Amino acid sequence: MIAFDFKYIKPTTAKEASKLFLNAKQKGNKAMFYSGGTEIITLARVNQLQTDMVIDIKGIPECNVLEIRGNELVIGSTVSLNDIAKSKLFPLLGDTVQRIADHTSRNKITIGGNLNSELIYKEGILPLLVADAKVKLAKGLEQRIVSLESIFKKQLELETGEFLVQIIVDKSYLDHPHMAKKRTKISKVGYPVVSVAALVKECQIQIAFSGVCQYPFRSFKLESVLNDTKVPVMERIGTAMQHLPEDVVDDIQGTKAYRTFVLRNVLKDILEELELTK
Amino acid sequence: MNSLSKTSKQLIQLHVNGETHDAVVRSADTLLIALREQLGLTGAKRGCENGDCGACSVLINGKPSHSCLSLAVEVIDQPITTIEGLMDSPVSKAFVDNWAIQCGYCTPGFIVNCHSLITTHPDANDELIEEWLQSNICRCTGYEEIREAVHTLLASGQTENE
Repeated sequence: MIAFDFKYIKPTTAKEASKLFLNAKQKGNKAMFYSGGTEIITLARVNQLQTDMVIDIKGIPECNVLEIRGNELVIGSTVSLNDIAKSKLFPLLGDTVQRIADHTSRNKITIGGNLNSELIYKEGILPLLVADAKVKLAKGLEQRIVSLESIFKKQLELETGEFLVQIIVDKSYLDHPHMAKKRTKISKVGYPVVSVAALVKECQIQIAFSGVCQYPFRSFKLESVLNDTKVPVMERIGTAMQHLPEDVVDDIQGTKAYRTFVLRNVLKDILEELELTK
Repeated sequence: MNSLSKTSKQLIQLHVNGETHDAVVRSADTLLIALREQLGLTGAKRGCENGDCGACSVLINGKPSHSCLSLAVEVIDQPITTIEGLMDSPVSKAFVDNWAIQCGYCTPGFIVNCHSLITTHPDANDELIEEWLQSNICRCTGYEEIREAVHTLLASGQTENE
């Protein structure tokens, strides 16, 4: 049971949602945008999160879109992980999100919620980073479209009152050779020891990681090392390990040494398979 | 725009098992609480309340959902099916016939999930069955019998109430 009360509002436009958020803030109240709500409910239940208001953005039509529009795939932020996987519109994204949580939870977890998660994993972002995705953000009357990479610095850096409306992926990325690999500690359902999404574009492997560091990342420096095919695979992997953005996570899911071991093996599998497709 | 106030309880309507019910809830009440404490539908069980165990599973719009991870106010316009709405269903019978029950606490959640599985995918293969069943935990570890119940039902082709 959630021990504190909050106001629940379900606006039907992005403008209205943003206005509600800003008005609440102006009055000294805390508001949160609510999509699937799984994380808000679980954290609120154990008092790790408090809010005065939740603004359910599932009533905003723009947030529920999942379709090809011209040369772009448009994914609304409130689309569930299962609906993304079932659509088969972006197979790499489908393969990745299909390994997040369990099947029943994926009916509720949304891509926007996953990207904005407080957890360190946010695996849904990996295919979007390697596909150079853009995001549409809304705040008040304004909407802006920016590259995901430009606003993802360990987490989505949104302005106060701003929220994720849509994710936009260039259609040309949807059918590139790709691979998603997730390794968990024991069961198939669980947080990743290592999760990786990769695709091949113009003979170059673009690759992003979760579970390795305290946040998901894509590193151009690391990619350039991995793509240097003049160097033997294991040597490239050894060098790549020196270009991780920070220390490898060392926790109950996996020690630093174990995660590093798993990462090396996952990278080996990915390089060997994807280089055949180049 | 739907709006429910912060502190006071509100009267909402929930569409459960083909009937419309009144419920008086806080915005912060989960669907699980509303079903059990307002509607007296205690088939959905309180387990982990964290979306991990599946004991509270119900169908929302025909899709299996953890009722502990939805707010009651969030689903006022959606059809909900609980275990009470699947009485005498082929899947319930298959669980009995295959002894897919031990202590019984997880059973409603499993039956609801399996009902959705076999009606959505009457041709489900082992991989798909495993993917769906991973959403529920049986502390008695009776997984083999539960899997057998699903297989029996799929083989019989009797996936809907007749």
